[in-house]
Order: sequence, then structure tokens, then C-alpha cells
Amino acid sequence: MPSPAFHAPDTVGSALALLAEYPAARVLSGGTDLIVQMRSGRAVPSAVVDLKRIPGMIGVRQDGAAFVIGAATPCTALKDHAALAANWPGVVEAANLIGSVQVRNRATMAGNLCNASPAADSVPALVAAGATAVIAGPSGMREVAVQAIPLAPGKTSLAPGEFVVEIRLPARAERSADAYLRSIPRTEMDIAVVGAGACLAFAADGTCTAARISLGAVAPTVLLVEAAGTALVGTKLEDEALDAMAAAVISACDPIDDKRGTAAYRKAMSGVLAKRVVRIAATRAGVSA
Amino acid sequence: MSRLHITASVNGDHTEFLCDPAASLLDALRDTMGLTGAKEGCGSGDCGACTVMLDGKMVCSCLVFAAEAQGRSVQTIEGIAEGSVLHPVQQKFLEHAALQCGFCTPGFIVAAKALLDRNPDPTETEIRYWLAGNLCRCTGYDKIVRAVQDAAAELRQERTPA
Repeated sequence: MPSPAFHAPDTVGSALALLAEYPAARVLSGGTDLIVQMRSGRAVPSAVVDLKRIPGMIGVRQDGAAFVIGAATPCTALKDHAALAANWPGVVEAANLIGSVQVRNRATMAGNLCNASPAADSVPALVAAGATAVIAGPSGMREVAVQAIPLAPGKTSLAPGEFVVEIRLPARAERSADAYLRSIPRTEMDIAVVGAGACLAFAADGTCTAARISLGAVAPTVLLVEAAGTALVGTKLEDEALDAMAAAVISACDPIDDKRGTAAYRKAMSGVLAKRVVRIAATRAGVSA
Repeated sequence: MSRLHITASVNGDHTEFLCDPAASLLDALRDTMGLTGAKEGCGSGDCGACTVMLDGKMVCSCLVFAAEAQGRSVQTIEGIAEGSVLHPVQQKFLEHAALQCGFCTPGFIVAAKALLDRNPDPTETEIRYWLAGNLCRCTGYDKIVRAVQDAAAELRQERTPA
């Protein structure tokens, strides 16, 4: 591959200056997508800006009851953070379905998000959890909902010179929990045919008070299916409520046929997986479903 | 583009090398340092033949830029035996015939040792999931799993005070 410049700045400011100096630069976190794309010629950056030497870019910290995940934090480090894994098991499990141990020791959720694959495993879980991304850029910092970042396969809403600094998971409500499942034809080392995430909150009597349902690999971007969440709010997850939620999920799908699965299979499986993740999230929240 | 000067610890030795900015750690190990144990199978992080330890974490060295090794510690298959004494994982791979062509073997041994260093008594399922990122086209994996189980048993014996 052609040789780009390589820089490993130690502040966000110097990283931004490098991105301004090299308009065709790419930021590097785990490299598990970027290096593959460079080797195949899909990405030809003029410079690689390694973010991992910037303090705070690797690691998880708690901000009150919220969690702040540095953009270069590898997926395996999420699993090793006991409080994060206890509060957001769906997010942590989703991130640890990606690739192999070797890949997860490098790969990051921010990279998964900015690679903008429709089949990214951690992204539906982040969307369901209501995560936000903090973005640094030439005009300062901004914070957006995670689902605002992917626009199309491989395309993001990040402006030139911007990069994700951290991902924030909100304080988890009482009697709430998240979950993520994916369907693959193998048991490991594969790309989602369908992914589904859920984050649910309940009243003391078991009535669902809030629900966010998300899907991966069934549309050009990861989807937040608001109608599916609405179908659960105010119910106790009776069969009719779950059927209505699944119907909303299926109608939101806009999948393609490819070697991993047909569009028809993806649509049907999206409803099945959405019901399963809702049940897992409810059980985790202490509500039987 | 000028070459970069990198200083790292490789198998415990202070090492300095020059690399192209786009070179992978695997390229630097094999072509610059002459450490040809790690292999390039796929070059895309799917096969694990290039597995090395980077600051104590196993990674695919084909998916690491050589320049990222600056100031870091790298351990390769060449650092696993103690002199002429094979590590139990290596010895058990031999005894169980857990290799045929041998191309994947360095990656499997680095990965299996990393598992046993953190989990001395893994289940077969844990072994198979841990090694899911290492592909072998010869053995069918069964002998590899048996070798890792046997190495784990031997290492537990060694750790038990007599």
C-alpha cells in the first residue's frame, strides 16, 4: 500500500491540527477495519493519526452514574470493567461478539460506529442504550446520539477534521436493562445476518415505562425502531404486545439479499430476535416476560 | 516517505528498527528482525497465524502498524521456549500431533499460552471460543484442543506445591 505519514499525537488539539494539515488523513484506534481497507486499496489516507497516545482515549470512567468510554478502548477492556459490564451487559456483550479475541483486543466501539457497517454488532446495542458520541472538531466539541453518525454503508455524518473522542452511556434507570443478540450461521467469527438490541425500563408493578428497540444488518444503517418501543410501553409484555413490537420491527426492515442471508429470512429473523432480546432485557431488569 | 525509527521490547530484548509508516508489525518482525515464526495467512485478521502478544494482549500482528510498537512490549513465538526447553504448550502440540503443515502452529501456541496464563483450567468450550480466531486447515482442531487441555493439566501440576 502507498505510504502515508504516521503520527501519534498526545493531545486532542494536536490530533485536530494533524487532521487539518492532512485533509485525507484517517484516525487510527484499533485498526481492525482501517488497516484491512488500506491493504485492499479501499482506503488511501495521506496520513494515519494514531489516537491511542492521547490520555483518556483508552479506558472507561464513571461520571456520576454515567459511563464514559474512551474512543480507543478495546472491546475486551469493556468486559474487564465490572461496573460497566453489570450496568450495560447488552453493550458489553455486543462488543465482545465482534471478531476473535485477537481482534477484540484492538477493535473499538467508536471504530465500529465510524466504520458505518450496517452489520456492526456494538452499534445496535449502543443505540438501544441511548448512547451518545462526543466528537472533537475544528469548531470545538459536540455530542450527538450514536444513531446520528452512520448515514449509509461506510459513510458517517462526521465533518472533515472531526473524530469521535468518547462514547457516553447514560445513567441506567431503576428496573431497566439492555440486551443484544445477533444471528450468524456459525458460532463465532462471523458477521451478523440480523442483530437486535433492546433497552427496557419498568414500573414497580412490571409495566413497561420505556423501550428502545434497535436493529442491525437489515437496512443501510443500524435502525432505532421507535414504533417497536412504543408497542411495548404501557404493557406488561403480554403476547399481543410482543407480537405488535415484532410487527413494527419487521416493517422497519429494508434488507438486502446477500451470501449471508436472504432479505426474507432477515425480515423474519428480525422479529424473532427482537422478541428474544426483549425477554432477556426484561429478565435482567427483574421482570418476567 | 522517510522511514520511522522505532524502539520496542521484543521478547524481552531492547530492540530498535526502521520501518515504513505503512508496514505492519508482522512485516517488521519477519522482514526486519528475522523473527519468521509469526506467519502471514490472510493479512486481514481472520486466521490468527500472525498472533503475537502486544503489551500482554494477543493481537494479529498483521493488523498492527509497526510504528504502533514504539515503547511497547512484543512477545512472539520465538520467546516462548526457555532456551532449548519447550514450553508445555509446545511440548503437548508435539506429543498430540496437533499440527500437520505447521503454518498455523505458532499462532495457536501463542494464543493457547495466553489462555492458560489467565485461565489455568479452561473448559473445552472456553478453549474452542478462545482459539476461534486461529484457523487450521489440517487437523480438524480436535488434536489442538486435546493438546491445550493436556498442557493445562501439566501446568496445573507444576503450579501445585509438592
